[in-house]
Amino acid sequence: MRLTGIELACRRGERGVFADVSFAVASGEALTISGRNGAGKSSLLRMVIGLLHIAAGRLTLEGGDPDLSIAEQAHYLGHQDALKGSLSVAENLRFWAGFFGAQSADLQTPLETVGLGALAGLPAAYLSAGQRRRLSIARLIAAPRPIWLLDEPTSTLDAAAQEHLADLMRTHLTGGGLILAASHGSIGLDGAQQLRLDQPSPSPVVGEGRGGGRDEKSV
Amino acid sequence: MTSLAALLMRDMRIAVRVGGGALMGVLFFLVVVTLIPFAIGPDLALLKHIGPAILWLAALLASLLALDRLFAGDHDDGSLDLILMGRAPLELVIAVKGLAHWLTTGLPLVISAPLIGLLLNLDLPQEGALMLTLFVGTPALTFIGLIGAAIAVTLRRGGLLLAVIVLPLTVPILIFGVAAANAAVTGPIPFGTPFTILCALTLASLVVGPFAAAAALRQDFE
Repeated sequence: MRLTGIELACRRGERGVFADVSFAVASGEALTISGRNGAGKSSLLRMVIGLLHIAAGRLTLEGGDPDLSIAEQAHYLGHQDALKGSLSVAENLRFWAGFFGAQSADLQTPLETVGLGALAGLPAAYLSAGQRRRLSIARLIAAPRPIWLLDEPTSTLDAAAQEHLADLMRTHLTGGGLILAASHGSIGLDGAQQLRLDQPSPSPVVGEGRGGGRDEKSV
Repeated sequence: MTSLAALLMRDMRIAVRVGGGALMGVLFFLVVVTLIPFAIGPDLALLKHIGPAILWLAALLASLLALDRLFAGDHDDGSLDLILMGRAPLELVIAVKGLAHWLTTGLPLVISAPLIGLLLNLDLPQEGALMLTLFVGTPALTFIGLIGAAIAVTLRRGGLLLAVIVLPLTVPILIFGVAAANAAVTGPIPFGTPFTILCALTLASLVVGPFAAAAALRQDFE
């Protein structure tokens, strides 16, 4: 499985966010996307799953299920946790596992994995920010999908939980998955490719083939 | 299939929990209808005459109440992003959300209508006809409302916009719903004529609503 972006450009309203961004990630590989605030890290991730319009360039996935789109084979861990406060921890996870077509009905293992096993019956409204994030991560384990798109995955997590997340990511990569992560700092993965979204100066209009920060790493 | 069942269960659970919309709609319906006899006075003939229209109007407004949160709630907490990544077609997802909304807000109105009809001096045949028209007509209100809810999803305070968009579209349903409920008791046209048209309107909105709402949601995310 290989996810390739070729000369992608992003435009929000009249403003060009980035242009000419290329990357390639294969099974077992991770790509960390860095850049200043507003450089378009989150936009790039949302573009991959079709939540943002691709202004220019191409996005291809080789070796995946040909009947499914990229978004249908991907998990997205965004800034928002997609949890309903009035539902319990287990009910939230059961919904997402069911919605994403998980085969097994076992919720306890994913909850134990993220350290929320004891809180399964608690309404999600009572969780702390870090616990909410961990419950979102449990979703990735409960319903396996090969592509993980993580937007600032370590924010709100404490040191132990960050280390634990890095373990989960390594397990995912070993199992043939691939990871795209937007992050300011390290997400604890050695050997991850780096993609920097940096423009020399904030340009109001992105012209053809120039203006965008072009930084890519060979595979 | 499992994903749609999971969505149905989750939306119904949220609706009946604290802060959900299920209780709000039916309470609004009961309060509005209860106030009407106090405002009009003890003119039993008049109440009997306008009763079906009042119940229909109250049901229309009540079904709009919780509608603006239908997609906005999922949009605000990021759930909608993930729902769009599911393998189920968006049109079906929206139809299921509509079904869950109707089961938790529309159906309680239908069930409570005969009880509250007593306050408006409705007799038994009238109650039956009214319940039947509401049972057939309220799904149409919900499914037309889906379109407005999808358009207003990214707007703060989209509730008013929703009403402005949706209410004009519901006029045919109101006309034929009330006509059928009246025809059952007073005549002269048979009950079947307006009722059949009401059924047709409902069937059409069950099809058009999810497709139009899906198109609106996709537009929001472009």
